[in-house]
This record gives sequence, structure tokens and C-alpha cells, in this order.
Amino acid sequence: MAYARDLTAIRGLIASHKRWDRVFAVCGLLALMLGVLTFTALFVDMAIDGFPRLSWDFLTSFPSRKPAQAGILSAWVGTAMVMLVTAFVAVPLGVAAGVYLEEYAPKNWVTDIIEINITNLAGVPSIVYGLLALGLFVYQFGLGHSVLAAGLTLALLILPVVIVATREAIRSIPQGIREGAYALGGTQWQVCSDHIIPYSMPGILTGVIIGMARAIGETAPIITIGALTFIAFLPAPPVMAQAPFVNFEWLFSGFTVMPIQMFNWTSRPEAAFLQNAAAAGFVLVLMTLAMNGLAIYLRYRIRRNIKW
Amino acid sequence: MAAPSIATVIEARPEARPQAAVKAAARGLSFYYGDYRALTNLDLVVHENRVTALIGPSGCGKSTFLRCFNRMHDLYPGNRYVGEIRLYPDDTNLLAASVDPIEVRMRLSMVFQKPNPFPKSIFENVAYGLRVRGERSRRALEDKVEAALRGAALWDEVKDRLQDLAFNLSGGQQQRLCIARALATDPELLLFDEPTSALDPIATASIEELITELKRHVTILIVTHNMQQAARVSDYTAYMYLGELIEFGVTDELFIKPKNKQTEDYITGRFG
Repeated sequence: MAYARDLTAIRGLIASHKRWDRVFAVCGLLALMLGVLTFTALFVDMAIDGFPRLSWDFLTSFPSRKPAQAGILSAWVGTAMVMLVTAFVAVPLGVAAGVYLEEYAPKNWVTDIIEINITNLAGVPSIVYGLLALGLFVYQFGLGHSVLAAGLTLALLILPVVIVATREAIRSIPQGIREGAYALGGTQWQVCSDHIIPYSMPGILTGVIIGMARAIGETAPIITIGALTFIAFLPAPPVMAQAPFVNFEWLFSGFTVMPIQMFNWTSRPEAAFLQNAAAAGFVLVLMTLAMNGLAIYLRYRIRRNIKW
Repeated sequence: MAAPSIATVIEARPEARPQAAVKAAARGLSFYYGDYRALTNLDLVVHENRVTALIGPSGCGKSTFLRCFNRMHDLYPGNRYVGEIRLYPDDTNLLAASVDPIEVRMRLSMVFQKPNPFPKSIFENVAYGLRVRGERSRRALEDKVEAALRGAALWDEVKDRLQDLAFNLSGGQQQRLCIARALATDPELLLFDEPTSALDPIATASIEELITELKRHVTILIVTHNMQQAARVSDYTAYMYLGELIEFGVTDELFIKPKNKQTEDYITGRFG
């Protein structure tokens, strides 16, 4: 009780404790600003350098030896195609693996070892995935230097991220919900497909955002599997007016992606190409933001319905 | 709110009804979490269209016992049943290794301690058990959902907003929704695991009233930590302590003249 009596001492004590609140507030803000301002500075610098080159023609032209005529058509189409393959492969595989590990796998040392390995896989340098893919997809499976090979490589790269996100999301579902579904007579698969997977979708999407954002900027593994640096054609469009209406030739087409196009331009001596690279970088960031924006919107839509 | 004495509660109840057929019976039931024995050699009879209450202090094993009936323990590794729970009239041993726990859960329904509606619409919550059973007809689903919601005394409150999310309901309404979900599949035995422990007194009263109403058609086994509740709603009561069944009998008799000293100590508040 003696503590509460001496009001002056208590007020002094509180004041001195509160100093640390302010110290941390300042440190935290500085730390935040360091990250945000650095990114903003880089982005603005790139935007200023590249802005004069941004035009409809830049987006719809193939690369050229003349900087003023060069565009990023094949690069952004290539990036879009590769990302499509990556998402189509990584999301189902990652979700299936995550659901299996959380809901089906027996809890024993084999499962533990698999879990530890998956977490470690997320830290393997991307060039290693590139080497693996070169041997496996490009030569062993004979996929060549194709969109499909690149998409599969990046899918492999982001798979651990999707698996870990799926598992975290599943773990956040209250046990009562699971038991409620089982108590109604659901089988494991009914509980997973009707409850576990839909309710963990927001968390899964977060993992997909992180993974895809990493994949879209990857250069090393794509170069390793032999993406071309100069592409002056587009693959046959995937949809046609006449039967059979869809065409999967694009999967086996040669391609380039935005980061490779940028890298290619930055290694040229002419300053005008650097401008092109900056403009391409600006477009790449916009593509990433658009992709993330879509995922965040979807996540928001789903999360509105889920409250624990 | 001062708790009325047990004797007052018992006297306020309508006449105990005559003996009913046996719906289920636990025989020599023991249950193990790994090496730990949580239930020891339990014998209990559940009468048809009656409410049987399990009471006892925290940790006495009453919820563990309840969860044996619909094989909830099968969801977790390392759990083991010894003995049997017979379900009549077909005399199936629910705990037999040859009986699929999913079949058991199709026959019995359960209402949990904390309301656990799915993050879906009110309609889909009630319809889920029917969907699991392969019901696809929109008409049949609508009819059964309405009947179940009426049965759970929730229809009038939600009939105009069946597509609303279940989370928008109050706690008491959510629990009645869970009861409707459990009723929709026409269970042979309805298990309640402390259904009012997360609810306020008014919601509790409405759930108790509902249970009294339901027992005209449904056999109910209820775990409660609240002795007044057991005295108010149940026809039979079992007192459990440390994983053993100490005394089982007609509620009125058990509360007014318990045969066992331990039971008497617990219900008179000297212990527990």
C-alpha cells in the first residue's frame, strides 16, 4: 500500500517510464521511414528516368537495336504467361500439400522431418532452383527453354511459401469449427473441402501474394533455364475463333520476362537504353502492384465473412 | 441472482413421467488418453425421450464421457475406449472398431459448449448436416431447415434473413442455431456439452426451455456444470467424480435423497 501513498513519487516514476514510450515511438518511426523512403526514392527515381519513354508504343513494340523504337511487348507478355503457369501450378499443389500436412498426415517423426525441410526450402537460393529446373524440366522432361519450364521453376520456388501460408491459415481455424463439422457426420474430405479450405483462403491468398511478388522479379533461375534475351515474336494466342478454341502452344514457346529485358538493357552502353530499363522497371512494379491489389481485394472479400 | 434451493426447483417441476424405453446404455466403459485413464468402468442408461444430465466438478470426466457417444475422441491420436456403448433398438455397439465413427455421428448430434456456427449463412449452417447426407433437393432442404429452426425456437427471429451470416446473431441465437443444425438431421440421441456455459442468464433460460420442449421427441444427454440446470431440465441425473460414476438415478430422488454421501456433499454445496 505504501506504493500508492506518495503521489509525487508515483507521478515522477510514471513520467520517467513514459520517456521510453517516446524513445521507442521515434526509433520505430525512423525504422519504418528508412524502408518506406528508400523504396519511394528508388521508385520515384525510376519513374522520372523512365517516364519520357512510357507510351502505348513502348508497351506494344518488340525490342529493337534502336532504343527509341524498342518496347517491352514480348517481355510483359512473357511475364504474364509465366506468372499464369506459376499460379496455376503452385496454388493447387501448395494448398493440397498444406492441407495434407495439417489435416491428414499422422503426427510422427517423418511428418516432422518433412515440415522442417519445407521451411528450409523457402530459404534455398533461387539459382539452385534454376539449376535443378535446367536438368529436370529443360533436359529430362524435354520441355526446352519454354514458358512452361519457367512457370514450373518459379512454381517450385514459391511452393514452400504457399504451403507454409496454407498451414498457418489452417491452424488459425478454431478447433470447435472442425469438431462441429465432424460431429455432423462429415468425412475428412467433406470437412476439408466445405470448411477448412474455404475458411483458410484469406491466409492462403496472403501467401500467394508474397510468393508471386517474389516470383515476378526473379531473374537468376529464368536465365539459368535459358530464357532468351531478345524475342521479337509472340506465341499463338491461347484463344481462337474456330475449333478447338483453345491453344496451348504458348506453353512451349520461347519467351523473355521483364527482369531479363531490364537486365539486358542496363548492360548496354547507350544511355537511352538505361531509360528504357527504368521505364520497364516502372511497368514491372505496376504489374506487381496490380497482382497484389487483386489478391488483397479477394482476401478482403472473403475475410468479410469470416470472424473467429 | 440468488440460486434457489434444489428442493424448490424440484418441487416446481411437473410430475416425473413414467419409465421410458432404453435408448442407449454404457456398459463397463473406460476411456484412456494414451496411458492416462480418464473414465473408469462407467455404467449408464439413457432413456428414450428423456433428458439425462451428467453433473460433477470440473475435470470429473463428464464431457469426456459425452464425447465417447459420438466418437469425437477418434479425431485425436492415442485415445482408446474399453467397454461399450449400446444404441437401441438395433443394439449396435457404438464403440466397436468395426463401426465407422462417421456412421455414429450420422445417427447422433452434438451441441457444443461454445456456439460454433460455421462462417456461412444461417440457412447453410442448418442445411450442412443434410448436405453431408447427400440431400440436394432445394425444396427438401428448405422444408427441413424451416422445421429445424422452428424446433430450435429460432424461426420467427431469422425467417426474413436466412441468407445473413450466422455470426451476426447474438450468442444465444447462435447456440439455438447450433441446436437447429443438430436437429435438422433428425438425431436418435442429442448430446449437449454444457450448452449454456458461454451464455447470459436470459439466453440460458431460453435454451433450458427449449430442451424441456425438445424432449417430447428427442432423447437428450446433457453435461452441465450447473446443478440447478440439471434439476430444472433433466429426468435422470448421473453424478461423476474423478472419472467414475458415483450415483445415477431419477433426478428428483438423486437431488432430494441421494444415496451416496459424496453425491450429497456435492449437491448440497459442501464440496465442488
